[in-house]
Amino acid sequence: MEGISGTDFILGCSAIGAGLAVIAGIGPGVGQGIAAGHGASAVGRNPGAKGDVMSTMLLGQAVAETTGLYGLVVALLLLFVKPLVP
Amino acid sequence: MDTSLLMAQAAESSEPEVDFMIHGLFSYELFGQTVWITTSHVCILIVLLILIGFAIAANITMKHAKEIPGGFQNIIELIVEMLDGMVKSSMGKNAASFANYVGTIFLFILLSNISGILGLRPPTADYGTTFALAIMTFSIITFQKFKHQHVKGVLKGLCDPWVFWAPINLIGDLAVPVSMSLRLFANVLSGVVIETLVYTLLAKIAYFWPAALHVYFDLFSGAIQTYVFCMLTMNYVNQAIEDGEY
Repeated sequence: MEGISGTDFILGCSAIGAGLAVIAGIGPGVGQGIAAGHGASAVGRNPGAKGDVMSTMLLGQAVAETTGLYGLVVALLLLFVKPLVP
Repeated sequence: MDTSLLMAQAAESSEPEVDFMIHGLFSYELFGQTVWITTSHVCILIVLLILIGFAIAANITMKHAKEIPGGFQNIIELIVEMLDGMVKSSMGKNAASFANYVGTIFLFILLSNISGILGLRPPTADYGTTFALAIMTFSIITFQKFKHQHVKGVLKGLCDPWVFWAPINLIGDLAVPVSMSLRLFANVLSGVVIETLVYTLLAKIAYFWPAALHVYFDLFSGAIQTYVFCMLTMNYVNQAIEDGEY
């Protein structure tokens, strides 16, 4: 631990924090998969409504994606804006 | 963190330089504050010039509108009918008064997102742009709330199940512009970051196939996020109006 300055230590910890923050991507992945699965079964039951099911599914998935994107924003802030470095 | 989110820090010399930041072009002093004119201002200006040129061309064409439309007039009518249909399908009888606003922000956001394909840095990848759009939507929602529910109705809605729920409801209301703007911003920014990483770190093998990235991130994701932003705007405004009618 001798040669590590305080700034380097903060940068390393920021990188670890950024890595942890993007784990938030798991949730939207699962959610979008569930939405796509239900969309597929809905089209299977009623192929005539394919267009409506498709647009509703994409809208819901885009909204569900938000939480994952929050994680991405936190990771990018930690990596590039470096708010913790004095 | 001086003027805008993710503005470029002092450039350090490191070899393949990953650079997707906003750059300041020149700065001036305003009331003791340093204000930067950045690359996103220039990109917004280009997008606006394209839109204004299109609007002027459309205006001239529609002044000499023909009974049987052809060429450019067809395209204009297609766009207007699509936007009107979109607003009408989700706002019903309130559509007439909001079709202008929703259509305008739809065209602006769509062209901003797509402008990545023209080589610009999309202006919507700047938090200032998306937050301004969300603030406009938020003020329209609040105005419609007070207009149709009056002060009494707004206060009643704030203390919905119980008086002590008011702070939570207030935070829920204030979270609307933040979540709307962050959704659009982060979606576009993620595309910008990934494209920049491919172009700089994989520069040796980045031939032709990054076009697929542009199709997905700029065209597909950009169009979907535009639709989502307008859809949420219409839903919130419609809800604010309909809550006052009971």
